[in-house]
Amino acid sequence: MLTADRAIALAIIGLSLYFMSHAIALPIGWNGETGGPGGGAFPFWLSLIMALCAAGVLIRSFGTPDDGLPFFDPETIRSVAAVAIALTATIALTPILGAYVSIVLFLLWYLRVFGGHGWTLTLSLTAATPLFLFFFFEVTLKILLPKGWTEPLFLPLYATFF
Amino acid sequence: MDVLALLADGFATSLSPVNLMIVIIGVTAGLFIGAMPGLGSVNGVAIVLPLTFIVPPSSAIILLAAIYYGAMYGGAVSSVLLGIPGASTAVATTFDGRPMAQQGKAGLALIAAAVASFVGGTISVVLFTLFAAPLADLALAFGPAEEFALVLLAFTTFVGLGGDDILKTIVMICLGLVLSTVGLDLISGQPRLIFGDMPGFYSGISFLVLAIGVYGVGEVLHTIETSKSAPAVTPARLTFRELADGLRRMNRLWKTMSIGSFLGFFVGMLPAAGATPASLMAYGIAKTTSREPESFGKGNIEGVAAPETANNAASTGSLLPMLTLGIPGSPTTALLLGGMVMWGLVPGPMLFIEQPDFVWGLISSLYTANFAAVAINLALIPLFVWALRMPFTVLCAMVLVLCIVGGFAPSQKMHDVWLIAGFGIAGYLLRKADYPLAPLVLALVLGPLMEKSFRQTLIAEQGDMMAFVERPLSATFIAIAVLFFLLPLIKVWRARSGKAAISPAE
Repeated sequence: MLTADRAIALAIIGLSLYFMSHAIALPIGWNGETGGPGGGAFPFWLSLIMALCAAGVLIRSFGTPDDGLPFFDPETIRSVAAVAIALTATIALTPILGAYVSIVLFLLWYLRVFGGHGWTLTLSLTAATPLFLFFFFEVTLKILLPKGWTEPLFLPLYATFF
Repeated sequence: MDVLALLADGFATSLSPVNLMIVIIGVTAGLFIGAMPGLGSVNGVAIVLPLTFIVPPSSAIILLAAIYYGAMYGGAVSSVLLGIPGASTAVATTFDGRPMAQQGKAGLALIAAAVASFVGGTISVVLFTLFAAPLADLALAFGPAEEFALVLLAFTTFVGLGGDDILKTIVMICLGLVLSTVGLDLISGQPRLIFGDMPGFYSGISFLVLAIGVYGVGEVLHTIETSKSAPAVTPARLTFRELADGLRRMNRLWKTMSIGSFLGFFVGMLPAAGATPASLMAYGIAKTTSREPESFGKGNIEGVAAPETANNAASTGSLLPMLTLGIPGSPTTALLLGGMVMWGLVPGPMLFIEQPDFVWGLISSLYTANFAAVAINLALIPLFVWALRMPFTVLCAMVLVLCIVGGFAPSQKMHDVWLIAGFGIAGYLLRKADYPLAPLVLALVLGPLMEKSFRQTLIAEQGDMMAFVERPLSATFIAIAVLFFLLPLIKVWRARSGKAAISPAE
């Protein structure tokens, strides 16, 4: 648990420094002409406070005994990582294969492989979801979801519904 | 009386067929969302917000408020039937609700929860009606200095009263504020924190992206971790005799329910407190003032009524500062505020003057939502028993798909969907490491207001920092803020001096 606590504190310090390095693009000090701080002041000094507090968490961790509990147990990390990877893959595939193909693939994997559900449930949900999305977002709200390579397949549908 | 006339006008809005239907849909959706273990009002509002583009802004807010309300009722359902709180706000309901279900009195426990929620909701809506206009009048006198002081006060309540690790709380507040500065500098108009000129960051980071990430994706990852096996659902039947019996028993709990309502309302107004601590406090008070405290935790109906009145009252209470001052009292109301800003309705005192139809329509819709929620809640109990059997893997898959599509819909940029995934995974890890998420979301929503009011004040006063303490209202807010900030230090100091006093005697 302490290792994870330290790693996260270090990551936050790193993130703060990264924010600060970008914040200095605008003046971070007092702006003499208009009065008040410059445009970079808010992000810069708040990032500094964030870094200092994370450093405080880090320093404190050296004074506390480890509770010996792991941050992740093996089963948790496997299932959480699997879902996180599947989600990332789905988002990555969305602009290429289109939302409808990538979401169908995601549901097939999640329900059948990850969830271990039967084909009846898997296929009915996998079929119903894109239909709902199409009619709710595209037909009702007129918000077009990314289609990628599948764009030509939707042209007849557009012609029907718009 | 003025308020009554305004409220009557409000009812004309909220009782229109369209709005009435919206309330019923919202409450029903909220009930189911609240009943699902792991999903609470904040998750429901975060996931549903992008879908509300389908209705006009004022109806969208009524819909979201109804979901918020329904979720507060629904939280009790899984506390009783599964023994798992449907949302953190219903934790205290499991203490006696679960034992009641195990004794075969699940139906009675659900009646108690629904009636208590109704009483808490109604009393707090009446309080809300009475306080809203005066508070908005007071807030009209606020200049930027007061606004800044008030936002500062909101953040310091997390430090003083939040109960989380103080360093980690400050980290999360600062992170939220820094993320809120991404985009164009509001005074000079120059781009800042755009991370190597990424075009997606020019328009800033939407609160919706953070909320869907943290409360949608992050919550699913958390649920995967905590729900390895499907829980056992206790069946509940509901007969009219039970209903009559339940109502008769509830009639004897007026004192508990009144205390719970008032406590919940006022605790709910504080950004750091809210429904969860309010319900735990109400439970504690009911137990200590009871004639038979030992029966609590073993299935005492009073132990269900107390927390349920308080958490519903708190949800109304947290709407009050959001609507009148523009400072949300909870993460869910922060999302409502963000949604209103997105639709061009800026919460705060001016809203009461410029959009009285909307404000009073929303307030009166809380009354109708209460009636709808108690009726639908009791009528749908068999359906809840069935819905709670739904495996987590189905629920989580649906929520993730909604997160992807719902995150894409408002801006239609894949950039936002990537941010949602990033915030979701980071939020899950941070939550696991005991970093509180509520201050992060509140800070992102309030960040622009805080920076704007701070810099406006200083520009108006030629950079004189004394401007914040020279005005009486802002000085008062800042004094209270300093007090909250020092509260943990005082506690530590008193604990140390207490120890020092004891140790020589040993």
